[in-house]
Amino acid sequence: MAAQLKPGQGPLDYGSRTWLKLLFAAIFFVLYAPIVTLVAFSFNTDKRGVVWRGFTFDNYTKAWNNDALIEALTNSLVIAFIATIFATILGALAALLLWRFRFPFKGAYEGFMALPIVIPEICMGVALLLFFVSAGMMEFSVHMPWPLNLGNIIFAHVTFCFPFVAVVVRSRLVGFNRQLEEASKDLGASEWQTFWSIIVPYMKPGLIAGALLAFTLSLDDFVITFFTSGPETVTFPVKVYSLVRRGVSPEINAASTVLIVITVIATVIAMKLQAPPKSDRG
Amino acid sequence: MPDTIVSIRNVTKAFPGGVTAVDNVSLDIAQNEFFALLGPSGCGKTTLLRMISGLETPTSGQIIIGGEDMALTPPNRRPTNMVFQSYAVFPHMTVEQNVAYGLKVTGVPADETARRVAEALEMVKLTALAARKPDQMSGGQRQRVALARALVKRPKVLLLDEPLSALDAKLRDDMRMELTRLQETVGITFIIVTHDQDEALSMASRIAVMDKGAVQQVATPAELYEHPRNRFVADFIGKVNLIEARVLRQIGRKLDCEARGLGRLELVNDGLVGAQIAVAVRPEKLKISETEPGAGIRVRGKVSALAYYGDTSHVVIETADGLNLSVNVQNDRRSGAGAMERGQSVWAHWAPEDSIVLTE
Repeated sequence: MAAQLKPGQGPLDYGSRTWLKLLFAAIFFVLYAPIVTLVAFSFNTDKRGVVWRGFTFDNYTKAWNNDALIEALTNSLVIAFIATIFATILGALAALLLWRFRFPFKGAYEGFMALPIVIPEICMGVALLLFFVSAGMMEFSVHMPWPLNLGNIIFAHVTFCFPFVAVVVRSRLVGFNRQLEEASKDLGASEWQTFWSIIVPYMKPGLIAGALLAFTLSLDDFVITFFTSGPETVTFPVKVYSLVRRGVSPEINAASTVLIVITVIATVIAMKLQAPPKSDRG
Repeated sequence: MPDTIVSIRNVTKAFPGGVTAVDNVSLDIAQNEFFALLGPSGCGKTTLLRMISGLETPTSGQIIIGGEDMALTPPNRRPTNMVFQSYAVFPHMTVEQNVAYGLKVTGVPADETARRVAEALEMVKLTALAARKPDQMSGGQRQRVALARALVKRPKVLLLDEPLSALDAKLRDDMRMELTRLQETVGITFIIVTHDQDEALSMASRIAVMDKGAVQQVATPAELYEHPRNRFVADFIGKVNLIEARVLRQIGRKLDCEARGLGRLELVNDGLVGAQIAVAVRPEKLKISETEPGAGIRVRGKVSALAYYGDTSHVVIETADGLNLSVNVQNDRRSGAGAMERGQSVWAHWAPEDSIVLTE
C-alpha cells in the first residue's frame, strides 16, 4: 500500500507547515506593527500619545489647522508634482535613447545614468548642496517668491527620480514589436506620427508607473531634501523630523497616516500598470 | 507580357559584418501578377521584399515602381503596403481604428475614410468585429485586419511576408484560397514571400526561386516543376530523384550516358558530350513492376521503405549499387500497393522523356 501524505508533507506543500506559518506571522508582525501603531494612535485622544485613551478625529482637525504643517505638506506636494513631470519626461527620453540607438560608450552611459539609484542618499545630498552653493543657486533661490524658492529641491529630486522612470520605461520598451513601427511607416505615417500614435501609447503604462514611482520617492524624501533646502523652505518629512525632536504629538501621527495613504494608493496603481498585460503583440 | 509594375535592377544588399543577403538580383514583376519569392530561410527573399517596401535600403542597384526610381522615397511615400509576418496589428486600437490608421495619417477626409474602411472590412469579412481589440481575436482574424489595413490604402503593390506561416494547417488552406480570391477582386499586384513550395505553387502565377541571395529561376509553377533550370530548383520544388551521370556520345537526337547506379541509358537531348550531368526524375513519373518492363529506363532493386498515405504510397527502391529511388504509386485500385512488401524485389522504370537533364 502506498504511504499516505499528511497535509504539509508534500515537497512543495510549505503553506501548511505550522512552524513556517508562525515564522511568517512573526515577520509580518515585526514589519507592520509600528505602522499599524502609528495609524491607530492617530485616532487617540491622549495628548502625549503614549497610552490609548479613546477614539477621536481631533488630531486630523488639529493637523489640518496647523499652518506650518500644512505649508510643509503643500511644499512637498508641489515639489513632488513638478519633479515628477520633469523626471518622467527626462526618464522617458533616456529610455528611448537607450532602446533605440547604438552609440559609442552606450554601456558606460547606461551605468552612469543608473548611478543615482545606487549612490547613498547622503552622498547625493552633500554633492548637490556643494553644487548649489558653488553655483550660487542656494543664495539665488532663497530670495525668490514661492514656489520658485523650491527650485533647488525640485532640481535635486529630478536628479534622483528620473533614473527610476528610465528603468521602468526601458523595461516596457523591451517588449515592443519593431514591426509595429515599420507597419506604421509603411502605412504612410511620418516618424513623428509614428512616435505619437504607436510608440507613446505603447509606453503609457510604463510612463504612468514610472511617474507614480517618482512621485512617491519625491514625496517622502528626507536626506537629500534636508541638505538642499534653504532655511525658509520646509517639506513635510523635514517638518515631521523637527516636530518629533520636540516630542511626538498625535497630530504627526495623523499627518503621517495621510502620507501613507497617498503613497500606498500611488504604489498600488503603479504596480497594477506595470503588471504585464495578457497580449502585447499585434 | 503586360506592363511592368516593379522592376528590380542589379540590386545588392550587403549587411555590415560581411553578409550579402541579396546578390545582384534583377527581376521584372508585371501589373496584376501574383508573384512569389520562394526559397529556404536565409536566402534573402525577405530582405528583397523589405527593399521593395523601403524598410531596407539597397547597397547598390535600382528599384523602380510604377516607372519611378524609389531610391529617395521613404517607405511612407511608396505605393506599396506590407502585410507583416507577425501581422503587426496595433494592439491599442480597435479593428476599425487599425484599418483607418493609414488613411488618417495621410489626411484623407473623414467621410471618405469611413466609407473606405467599411469597404475594406466588408472585403475581408470583418464588419461584425469592427469594434474588437486585437487581443480578443484569433490569428486568422488578426491577419485579415492586417490585410484590410494594407488594402484600404489602394497600393499599386501589396507585399506579403510569410503571411500563412503562423496559421494552423486548416486555416492556412482557407486563407490560401482567400488570398487568391482577393487578388482577383482587387486587381493589384501581390508579391508574396514564402519558404513553403506548396504555397507558392498553388497561389502564384509566377515564382522566383532564390538561394544564397541570388535568383535561381523565374518561371510559372508548372515550368518550375517540369523544367527546373538547375539541381537546386529541381530539389527544392517538389521531390526528385537526382542521379549523377556522364554523357558519352550523341546518337541522333539522343544522348548515350553512363549513370551511377543505373549503367547505360539514353536521354532525349542535344549536345553536352563529355559533360557531367544530373538526371532528375520526379517520383510520380516512376513506375513499379514485378516483371522486367520492355522499354524505357529500368533498374532492378529492393523495396527498402514503404509509406502508405491513402491516395498514394511512397516507396523507396534500393538498387544493388546502393542508389535510392523514390517512387509515388497511385493507389487507384482498391487492391493496390497493399500487395507490395518491404524487401520485395521489383523493377523501377520510366520513360526517357520524363527525365530532366540538368547541367548546373
